[in-house]
Amino acid sequence: MDRQSFVMTVPAGGTRRLEWGQAMLMVGLLLLLTLFILYPLLRVLFVAVSDGQGLTLRHLLNFFDRPLFREALVNSLGAGGLAVAFGSLLGVPLAYFSVRYQFRGKLLLQTLGVLPLVIPPFVGAVALQLILGRSGMVNLLLLRWFGASVPFMEGLTGVILVQTLHYFPFIMLNTAVSLANVDPSLEEMAQNLGSHGWRLFRRVTLPLMLPGYVAGCLLTFIRVIDDLGTPLMLNYTKLLAPQAYLRITTIGIDDVDGYVVCVILVVLSLVSLWAARKYLGLSEYATVQRGTTGAEIGRPIRGMKLAVVLLISAGMLGVSLLPHLGILVLSLSRIWSFSLLPTVYTLGNYEEILFRTPHFVKNTLLYALLAAGVDIVLGAVIAWLLLRGRVFGRNLLDAIATMPLAIPGVVLAVGYLRVFHGWDVPGLGGPLTGSWVILVIAYSMRRLPYTVRACYAALQQIHVSLEEAAQNLGANQVRTFWKVTFPLMLGGLVAGGLISFMTSAVELSSTIMLVPKIELGPIAYGIYVYMQSAIGRGPGAALGVVAILLVGLCTYLTNRIFAGRSGSAFRV
Amino acid sequence: MSSKASEVRLEGVGKRFGETWAVRGVSLHVRAGEFYTFLGPSGCGKTTLLRMIAGFAAPDEGGVWLDDTMVNALPPWKRDVGMVFQSYAIWPHMTVFENVAFGLRERRVSRADIERQVGEALRMVNLEGMQGRRPSQLSGGQQQRVALARTLVVQPRVLLLDEPLSNLDARLRAQMRIELLKLQRDLGITTIYVTHDQEEALALSTRIAVMSAGAVIQEGTPREIYEAPRERFVAEFVGASNLLRGEVRQATRDTLTVATDLGVEVRAACPSVHAPSPGRILLTIRPEAMDLLPPGEPADHRNRLEGKVVASAFQGAAIQYEVEVGDTLLRASVTNPKGKRLFQRGDLVAVVFGPEDVGIVPEEPRAESREPSVVRSGQD
Repeated sequence: MDRQSFVMTVPAGGTRRLEWGQAMLMVGLLLLLTLFILYPLLRVLFVAVSDGQGLTLRHLLNFFDRPLFREALVNSLGAGGLAVAFGSLLGVPLAYFSVRYQFRGKLLLQTLGVLPLVIPPFVGAVALQLILGRSGMVNLLLLRWFGASVPFMEGLTGVILVQTLHYFPFIMLNTAVSLANVDPSLEEMAQNLGSHGWRLFRRVTLPLMLPGYVAGCLLTFIRVIDDLGTPLMLNYTKLLAPQAYLRITTIGIDDVDGYVVCVILVVLSLVSLWAARKYLGLSEYATVQRGTTGAEIGRPIRGMKLAVVLLISAGMLGVSLLPHLGILVLSLSRIWSFSLLPTVYTLGNYEEILFRTPHFVKNTLLYALLAAGVDIVLGAVIAWLLLRGRVFGRNLLDAIATMPLAIPGVVLAVGYLRVFHGWDVPGLGGPLTGSWVILVIAYSMRRLPYTVRACYAALQQIHVSLEEAAQNLGANQVRTFWKVTFPLMLGGLVAGGLISFMTSAVELSSTIMLVPKIELGPIAYGIYVYMQSAIGRGPGAALGVVAILLVGLCTYLTNRIFAGRSGSAFRV
Repeated sequence: MSSKASEVRLEGVGKRFGETWAVRGVSLHVRAGEFYTFLGPSGCGKTTLLRMIAGFAAPDEGGVWLDDTMVNALPPWKRDVGMVFQSYAIWPHMTVFENVAFGLRERRVSRADIERQVGEALRMVNLEGMQGRRPSQLSGGQQQRVALARTLVVQPRVLLLDEPLSNLDARLRAQMRIELLKLQRDLGITTIYVTHDQEEALALSTRIAVMSAGAVIQEGTPREIYEAPRERFVAEFVGASNLLRGEVRQATRDTLTVATDLGVEVRAACPSVHAPSPGRILLTIRPEAMDLLPPGEPADHRNRLEGKVVASAFQGAAIQYEVEVGDTLLRASVTNPKGKRLFQRGDLVAVVFGPEDVGIVPEEPRAESREPSVVRSGQD
C-alpha cells in the first residue's frame, strides 16, 4: 500500500510516463541479466542434457557410473560437511563468548575473528603449507623432537583445514548476530519457571539462535563446495570444482563431462541456498518480539572462567591467524626451504610485483573498481525497481539477480566460454572471451546479489513519506531521487560497492578460466601463476599481502559504514 | 487452581548501577493475597525492585524476604515467584501448549497432569483450543493471556507483573484490567504489579507504593493515595492537582486557615494526623472537586476564588476549564454538566470548593524522601 500512496501523489500524466520509463528499465535489465547470468547457465545445462539428436539424461546418469566423479562428489560433500563441523567448533564458542560475556579483550576477539575472511583461501593454502606442510615449520619441529611428522596438509585433509580456517567466521558472525538478537527476557522467563544451565541453553537459547547458525553453516557449505583455488593450490583434484575445471581446460570446451560436473555443482548450491531460505523463512522469530528489557551487554566474568574463555579464544584465533603470518614472512623471504624460518630476507619480492610485473596490481584495481561501479549502478536501480517500482516482472528480476549466489565461479566461467567464444564483438576486435572485459562482467555478475541486497536494505529504511514530502513541496521524480533518496541510501551503495570490490579483487575460480593471457591477469591469477614454481613463491606471497591489505581495508571501511554491525555483509 | 499465597518483605533494599542508586532504602511488606502495586514514572526503580524480587538482580543493600526466608542469594529458578514480562517473552519456537507446559516440565510433572493442567490454565484465560498455535499467530492480547497462563500454571507463591497491559490498545487494556482483577481475587495469589498508569493502579490494587527516584514516597490504599496525598509528587502524579502556595494562619482542631499567595484565605478541613507544623505549605485541590459559579452567586461555606475563564472544553461527562486566578492557572473539571451553565473564554467566574476537598502537603519534600527539590511549574 506504500507503493500506491507513492504514486498517488504523482499527477496522472507523470504516472504514465513514469511507468513507461520503469517498463523500459525493467526490460533492459532483464535482457542484460538474462544474457550474462541466465543464458550461460542454461547453455551449460543444455550441453549436459543433450546429445547430437535431442535431450537425454545419459550424461547425467553416466556421472554416477564413473568412480572418479563419484569420489569427487563424496569428497566435496564430505569437505563441505567437515568444514562446517570444524567451523562450528571454532565459531560457536567464540560467538557465545563475544556476545554473552563481558571481559577485557572482547573487542580484540571480535576484530580478530573477522580477519580470516580477509585472506583469500588459496593464499591461505600456500601459507599453511609453509607452516603445517610436509616440510613446514611444525613438521620440522616434530621431526626434530619426535622423529615423526603429521600430514596436516596432505590431500583432502589440507583442503578441509584451509577451508575451515578461512570460512569459520561466517558461522561465528551469523551465530553472534542471532544470539545478540535473542530478547533477554525470553531467557529470564525460563529461569523464572525453574530452568537454568545447560537445560536453559538447550531448550530456549539454542533454538532461538539456530536460524543464524544454520545460515552461517549453509553459507560455509556453499563456499567450500564452490572453492576452486584451494584444491588447485594444494594440488588435490578429486573434488567437483577442480574436476570441472580440469575437464574443460585439459580436454576442451566441448567435453560434456565438464558440463555435467557443473550442473551437479549448481544443483548442490541451489539446494543449500533453498534450504537456507526455507529455514530462515519458517522461523519468523523476530516478528513476535516486542519491547525489550534493555540491551544486555554481557555478563562480566572473572577468575577461572575468564581464564578458560581467554585461553580458548587465544588458541582458536592463534591458529586461524597462522596463514596471515606465514604469508607475510614468505613475502619477505628470499630462501625458505627445509628450515624453520627463512634463511635470507629481502624486499625484492615487493620490487618484483610493484615494478617488474606491476600489471597484476593495476589490473586488479581496474577490474574490481569497474565491477564495483557496475554493481552499484545495477544494484541501486534494481533495488529501486523492486521496492518502489510498479511494473511487471519484479519477482523475475529479483530471482535472476539473486541467482549468482548459487552459481559457482567455475560454472559461470564455463558458461561464458561456451556462449561468447567465437562470437566477435564489434569494437573489441575479437570475441568477448579474448578481452579483459569478460573478467569485469564475470565479477560484476557474481557480486551483484550482494550490492542489490545492500541497496535494498538501504532503500527499505527510507520511508516513502520522505520522498512524498519532497514531491509535495514541488520536487519532481528525478529531483526527489537526487535530493532525498540518493543521499539517504548512499551508505548502502558504498557498502555494496566495497563488498563487490574486495571480493572481486581476490576472485580466483572464474578468473583462472577466463583470463585471456597472463598480462591481463589480476592479482589472484598472478599468485596462482607465481606459486607454480618454487622461485615464484616469494613474489606470489607479496601479491598475497597486497590482496590481504586490499580486502582488510575494504572490510574495515564496510564495518565503519555499517556502524559496527560487523559482518552484516557476510550473511545469507 | 489454588495457590500457596506467600508474603514478601523488603528491608532497606538498595540497588546500584555504576555510581547511581536505582533504588535505595526501600522497606515494605506485601501481605499474603494482596494486590500490591509499585506506581511511578519511568526510571523510578519500580522494575528494578520487581527484578530483585524475581532474582534477576541482586540487592547491593538490604534483604528480600519470601515468607520467613531471606532469598538474596537464591537464583531465579529456585524462587518459585512467577513473573509476567512487559514484552510477554513468549518463546517463538514453541507452540502455545509448549510455552505453557514449560514450567511444568521443569518440575517433572507427569505427562497426563501436564496435559490437564495446561488445559485448565488456558481455559482460565479464555484460550481453549489454541494449544497448537504458534506465537506469531496470536494477537497481542492473546500473547498476554498465554504469558499469564504460563506463569499461573506452576502455581507460584507470588505473581509479579511488569507493566503487563502497556502493550495493549486502550480498549483491550480496560478489558484485561477487569479480567486480571477477577482472576487475582479468585485465586487469592499474592500479586505485585508494576505500572506507571495511575488509573490502573487505583483500579486494581489493595495497596499502592508510589515511587520516585528510587524511593517509596507514599504507601497506602488507593483511596488514601488519591484523597490524601502526603507529598507534592504524589498529588501531581496520581491524578491532576491544583497547587496553591500559602502560609498557615490559624489552626483549630480540624480546620486550617491558610493565607495563599493569591491573597485570598482558604480553609482546609484536614485530619489532625496530617496537621503540619506552621509555616509555608502547599494546598492541593483536585480539578473535579471544583465548581464554577457566576461571580455574584453566594458560595455558602465553601472556599471561593474569583477569576477569568481562559479555556473551556466540553467533553460530555465533564467540562474542563482553565481559570486564571491572579497569576495562577487553575484547572477545574465540572462533572455531570447537564443543565449547568457553560462558561466561555473571558467570562468572569468564581471557583468554589469545599474545605474537605483541600489537601495539605509540605512545600518541600519530607526529609526522609530523597526526591530532588521540586521544580516550579507553570501553575504557581
